[in-house]
Amino acid sequence: MAEPVDIRTSEGTPDLQAEPMRINIGPSHPATHATLRFHATLDGETILDLEPEFGYLHRGFEKESEAATWTQVIPYTDRLNYVSPLMNNVGYAMAVEKLCGIEITERCKYVRVIISELSRIIDHMVCIGTNMVDLGALTNFWYFWKPREEVYKLIEELCGQRLTTAYTRIGGAMADLPEGWTDRLLAVCRGVIPECIADVNALLTKNRIFIERTMGAGPITAKDAVALGFTGPCLRAAGVPLDLRKDEPYLVYDRFDFDIPIGEAGDTCDRYMVRMEEMRQSLRIIEQAVAALPGGPINIDDPRFLLPAKAQVYENIEGLMNHFKFIMEGIQVPAGEVYSATEAANGELGFYIVSRGGGGPYKIKVRPPCFPLFQGIPHLVKGQMIADLIAVLGSVNIIAGELDR
Amino acid sequence: MSGVSVVLDRLRERFPGEVVSTHSNFGDDTALVRRERIVEILAFLRDDPELLFGFAMDLTGVDYLGETPRFEVVYHLYSLERKHRVRIKVRLHEDDPVIDTAVSVWPGIDWYEREAWDMYGIVFRGHPNLKRILLYEAFEGHPLRKDYPKAKRQPTIGPEE
Repeated sequence: MAEPVDIRTSEGTPDLQAEPMRINIGPSHPATHATLRFHATLDGETILDLEPEFGYLHRGFEKESEAATWTQVIPYTDRLNYVSPLMNNVGYAMAVEKLCGIEITERCKYVRVIISELSRIIDHMVCIGTNMVDLGALTNFWYFWKPREEVYKLIEELCGQRLTTAYTRIGGAMADLPEGWTDRLLAVCRGVIPECIADVNALLTKNRIFIERTMGAGPITAKDAVALGFTGPCLRAAGVPLDLRKDEPYLVYDRFDFDIPIGEAGDTCDRYMVRMEEMRQSLRIIEQAVAALPGGPINIDDPRFLLPAKAQVYENIEGLMNHFKFIMEGIQVPAGEVYSATEAANGELGFYIVSRGGGGPYKIKVRPPCFPLFQGIPHLVKGQMIADLIAVLGSVNIIAGELDR
Repeated sequence: MSGVSVVLDRLRERFPGEVVSTHSNFGDDTALVRRERIVEILAFLRDDPELLFGFAMDLTGVDYLGETPRFEVVYHLYSLERKHRVRIKVRLHEDDPVIDTAVSVWPGIDWYEREAWDMYGIVFRGHPNLKRILLYEAFEGHPLRKDYPKAKRQPTIGPEE
């Protein structure tokens, strides 16, 4: 048997290469998915240093919001995490409702839980699917695209759009569930989604190639993950059971029976395992929420926050005036400041809102879950191989829309 | 509402001279503090066994144009163990928008401080790498300041040398 070739001299200095190599990855590179860029310093294939750079997708969300009315901000929130836009709609609406002191209807709370969990499932599917494409396992991607398409059909039926949903309103939603929607939802949640999760599970979870490729790639300890501000599946994969659905139950999450999966090593394999289990738990929540879905109106009965009915607008002057003022001036939100956080697919999605009264926000700051995660990438991959960077980046699920805003 | 919150009571007790005002409007515990001992205050919030704010969830600036002091730096902290949150605010004057960096307390706050510099021009003294983060180095001005016009154009830039 041939001896392995050691390129280093006995003193431990590189023999073949005198200096570390600096290479540029991105911003338009197929494995970076979005417009991300890295300056990598390499010794052979080992990453010595990594400097992430982003902002290529910066649209000035916060500046635009300051010039918009409260309702006009809702479509902007679609473009934050565009893989699960319904969750951003919910997060934003909850923040403004906290400021207004609005208690939304029971039905609306259940509907928001259902759409959030649906979004979580498709978000995780995109994450795992694209992560596997980067690692050369294309089949899983197609297996996950099928149920995702079914979910998009449901979302399109719900709000007329697939991606730019803008579904929630301050005090409710833009429309109630279409007739028979919950039946079609259950058919998808009992049929194609669990089937495809089982297929991917069979292809990957006990696949030795996959396990050896991802285990140990980009690990992080619980302590470091907290210090870096990680939240969501990446934090839970490191063994910290923080999930706002359990820790600060909002909407009606405290009424459902579900578990929070956690990992141990915080590596790419654990992040995959956590996301797979979270999808199953989301299905459990949807089942329970549909079973308990109450009747009644979806919107609160308060003309200060919701558009008058069309019949009112066309037939009497008060309705018309209300509609006009609502559109031109916006709903009137009291002065104050709130921070409202929800557990989005990638972690804590926070909205810090300052109002000085009037029809639009004085300031909106989004706390996107990706921001600290992307900051932590160098910590995850330093000392590892350059090929692991691609595996880790996909498993952390960076969405440039919410990262750059 | 004051006096109800454990966090704010603890903070006032430990730093009586630093806490300017507190409120718990909308259920969010908030303390406005002076900037001089901010790192000490943040380290206390992280380490005190009753508080244990291990997470620096968010940091941002706010521009209250026309008020004095003009700028505000806002920290949002969360405790995993105690399941509580607090908002710490510091006011900064327009001609001296400088505050000590909290990177030594939470390494994860690094990029938030860079963003506040980028967007509001707030200087974090002692920050290891205080440069623009979302915008590019040649960008002029700080766009989230209220006196920055929304429609202002910036010169286009070419590739780096």
